[in-house]
Amino acid sequence: MEKRKDYLRLERSAERRKAAVKTVTYVFLTIWAILVLFPFYWMLLTSVKSYSAYSSEYIPAFFTLNPTIENYIHAFTAVPLGGYFINTMIFTLVTTALMLVVTVLAAFAFSRLNFKGKDLAFTAFLALMMIPSELVVITNFVTITNWDLRNTFAGLILPSVTSVFYIYLLKENFAQIPDELYYAAKVDGTSDLKYLLKVMVPICRPTIVTITILKVIECWNSYVWPRLITDDEAYFLVSNGIQSIRENGFGRENIPAMMAAVVVISIPLILLFLIFRNKIMAGVARGGTKG
Amino acid sequence: MEQNNRKGWLYLLPAMLFLGFFLVYPLVDVFIYSFEEGYNSASQTYFGIGLYNYNYVLHDPYFLQALKNTFILVAITVPVSTGIALLISVGLASIKPLRNLYQTVYFLPYVTNTLAVGLVFMILFKKTAYTDGLANLIINWFGGESVDFIDGPYWAKMFVLCFYTVWAVMPFKILVLTSALASVKQDYYNAAKVDGTSKLRIFTKITLPMISPTLFYLIITGFIGAFKAYSDAVALFGTNLNAAQMNTIVGYVYDMLYGNSGGYPSYASAAAIILFAIVLTITCINLLVSRKHVHYA
Repeated sequence: MEKRKDYLRLERSAERRKAAVKTVTYVFLTIWAILVLFPFYWMLLTSVKSYSAYSSEYIPAFFTLNPTIENYIHAFTAVPLGGYFINTMIFTLVTTALMLVVTVLAAFAFSRLNFKGKDLAFTAFLALMMIPSELVVITNFVTITNWDLRNTFAGLILPSVTSVFYIYLLKENFAQIPDELYYAAKVDGTSDLKYLLKVMVPICRPTIVTITILKVIECWNSYVWPRLITDDEAYFLVSNGIQSIRENGFGRENIPAMMAAVVVISIPLILLFLIFRNKIMAGVARGGTKG
Repeated sequence: MEQNNRKGWLYLLPAMLFLGFFLVYPLVDVFIYSFEEGYNSASQTYFGIGLYNYNYVLHDPYFLQALKNTFILVAITVPVSTGIALLISVGLASIKPLRNLYQTVYFLPYVTNTLAVGLVFMILFKKTAYTDGLANLIINWFGGESVDFIDGPYWAKMFVLCFYTVWAVMPFKILVLTSALASVKQDYYNAAKVDGTSKLRIFTKITLPMISPTLFYLIITGFIGAFKAYSDAVALFGTNLNAAQMNTIVGYVYDMLYGNSGGYPSYASAAAIILFAIVLTITCINLLVSRKHVHYA
């Protein structure tokens, strides 16, 4: 009898310990989740406070009972936020489209075609992956300036197009398609280009979608190159726009209006993320950087 | 396969043009710039070839400040972010309910605009005439004194920069570590359980060795990423980083190129090459260390 009681007690204490560990885990994870979400909550909250309410709060309030959209109206009228938005859209779409064309063609050459010097070229491409963009941005700045492309979309887009890593990723994927398909298509008299577009691209759609999304994120957030190459507000992208809003936008102190602009800028990518959550996370786990 | 030389190169042509103009040529050119003394960007002339640019950069107080800032940033954020990410991923792996939700939330900072969210951080930490800001409110709750984190003392500014950097790099690390943890074979854990191994021992003897390649990959990319810090600092302290004493090496390069003190591509090139040399050295040291400690299955 004595012994059995002992076991029961042991079991109970083990269970209690397990529950304690679980609780600590959840508390810890929740704290981090709050730390992640809080800035988003704060920007939303501040963006719906009226300017007068915000500036009269010496101790910031954690909620508001009188939400207003005046800041959003202000954000689109007092500064050219709409223009920044359209610029970023054009920049993102054109850069991503060009990147796709270049990447698909190069990946096709490396995976499907056979030509002299292919291995050497591929090794050279791989070596290029190691070059940090900080090293080449200096000459690119001089090149674009010499070509008179400052404050143009061409100047923004051209140096941002290629990503060696995406070529590599897609080439690996293309290489998995069985050769038989290619020979069958050849027998039917299909041209290489048609085979690429009608067979290879559809088969590898998941990878193509992934690199498209990663490139869109990269373009939407790019700051350094656009900052160097544009000083005319008409060509600002959202990142530069937000910086210029901060430095001389609504009058330095109109923080609610700034936050409204920040919300507007953040929404497209967050929506994209919520729609393509699994694709984006799988893609980043496979080949993202930013760390 | 048939040989088709012209066609192969034709398909490669667009990629080669882009890479040639904007990656290969600049790479060569940046070295040339860095050795051309007294280069004038207007007339495109220079006096001679030598190490003067490096000498100048290494004696520039702004560069030394940037160097110091970058090293402090790296030394703090890489261990802190990797450590917390490891804790979080292990925590995530041990729970079932809500796991997906947590994972989604944790990934959010990855898809946000650095400049935009940096502005929110600035507001949370900034002390102005009207309000001490939220961070100071919390400090006051615990009986502390208000500090201006954005325009105040050096350590306070460095703290915010590190805090924001960790916040921003976390999603990538958590994601990669979570998938590494998920790929450890369940058999090992079951075997350990049968032997009655303690949890701590399971973690140090099975989990850590199995994910050590991933951990090591994260440390290397973490070092490289932190050495190139720039936009985070701009987001918090504005574009005039030299005045805020918060410049980074990359910031110094860009300022030299263009900006308030700008127009000196030679100095910018020399600084960029110094940065590249530092990163390369640290990566090599990492590789050497890892040979001893990383377990490749």
